[in-house]
Amino acid sequence: MDRKVVVPGDLLSEDAKRSGEGTFVKDGRVYSLLYGLANYRDKINVIPLAGKYIPAPGDNVIGVVKDITFSNWIVDINSPYDGLLHISEFPKRIESDEMSKYLRIGSSIMTRVKDVDPTKKVELTLNDRKLGLIKTGQVVEISHTRVPRLIGKGGSMISMLKKEVNCNIFVGQNGRIWVNGGAEDMDLALRTITLIEKEAHTNGLTDRIVDFLKREKGARS
Amino acid sequence: MDETDISFFKDGFRLDGRRADQLRPVKIEVGVLARADGSCYIEMGGNKVIAAVYGPREVHPRHLQEVTRAIVRYRYNMASFSVEERKRPGPDRRSYELSKVSREALEPVILTTYFPRSVIDVFVEVLQADAGTRTAGINAAAVALADAGIPMKSMISSCAAGKVADTIVLDPMKEEDNFGQADLPIAMTPGGEITLMQMDGGLTREEFHQAVEMAMKGARDIYEIQRNALVDKYSQLEAPAEEVKACE
Repeated sequence: MDRKVVVPGDLLSEDAKRSGEGTFVKDGRVYSLLYGLANYRDKINVIPLAGKYIPAPGDNVIGVVKDITFSNWIVDINSPYDGLLHISEFPKRIESDEMSKYLRIGSSIMTRVKDVDPTKKVELTLNDRKLGLIKTGQVVEISHTRVPRLIGKGGSMISMLKKEVNCNIFVGQNGRIWVNGGAEDMDLALRTITLIEKEAHTNGLTDRIVDFLKREKGARS
Repeated sequence: MDETDISFFKDGFRLDGRRADQLRPVKIEVGVLARADGSCYIEMGGNKVIAAVYGPREVHPRHLQEVTRAIVRYRYNMASFSVEERKRPGPDRRSYELSKVSREALEPVILTTYFPRSVIDVFVEVLQADAGTRTAGINAAAVALADAGIPMKSMISSCAAGKVADTIVLDPMKEEDNFGQADLPIAMTPGGEITLMQMDGGLTREEFHQAVEMAMKGARDIYEIQRNALVDKYSQLEAPAEEVKACE
């Protein structure tokens, strides 16, 4: 794969049509907007090495309720912008004065970004079977820039991981990951996730992770 | 002229042994602060400056918030021990001015419209001063902004030129700044768009052009150092991964 480190303002291509994410076009040339890794495919994308999570519609995220208003739960989603979960987006009809019975301040939830308006008002929803309150398991936080690597191409990494460690895993695009399973399995899963975060920018990562899991399991039995 | 002028040059070299168009040694380290979103430590000659970037994050106090874009706050601060005679701590007229011009030097390249209703905070602390702290601060801040993953149209590099003993010199050090005839700091993109230019003292038209040319060349050299520092941080990260491989 053709990748290299770029800094903001680096010239990436003379062909304006190849401008992808993290790039901009000036005078028909493509330049980098970010400090990160440039990926040369059909389009040139620059993947940042750092940065804050900015919500986009359809993202699955893990949030923590930080306040309750008349009809909304205000949810911290590890972003400069707070999420609003309206009472009507709860899977069941509930009254305004009973909101804290279902989700209290401090409750962790798996949720989805329903809509983001131009002023970055973030609306969340819980209307899906896989979404809802987190009651068991553990949540780890990694940089959101590493999430695509954890999921892998077409979900290859995450499905391999789920199978190998025998755990339920929910990946939030905001870098929070929920893991649920047996104590030993969960421990291995968390260690693997930290390893993936640390080595996210290296090549041939999936193979190395498979080896790592094999070794760890061999040591256990 | 008087005696002080003569001592600025010895056999064509400056007090610290530099040529007239030579920079002081520059050292840049990226990501020195664990809790900041982006950070940078820079040494330009005797200047030691640390820059930290936080954000985009929620604006506090709320009334400063802009609905369509992020605001940028830049705080330039000199430590009380950064100069020989203890500086009274806290903001003063000079640091307010430098904060403002430095912010305006960086703002044009930051894509603030990507982050409405938020703030990007830049803190620049001067630990040791030796003339040219604003340029060092801007250089460090630009690297820290990149390190924080903030989208920018380009980097910003900054350098000063001055005039001592009727000669135009690059990157004046303390003696040249204090007893020289002019000081002209600039900041610019590598493409040559100038975002900051200040001058005190006096220059003729020809000298001014010569000084700007010289400062721009200095800034381009600094850009290369900034770029290398950022690229090197990544290659450092790659090294441990290979060690793991070697163990197998």
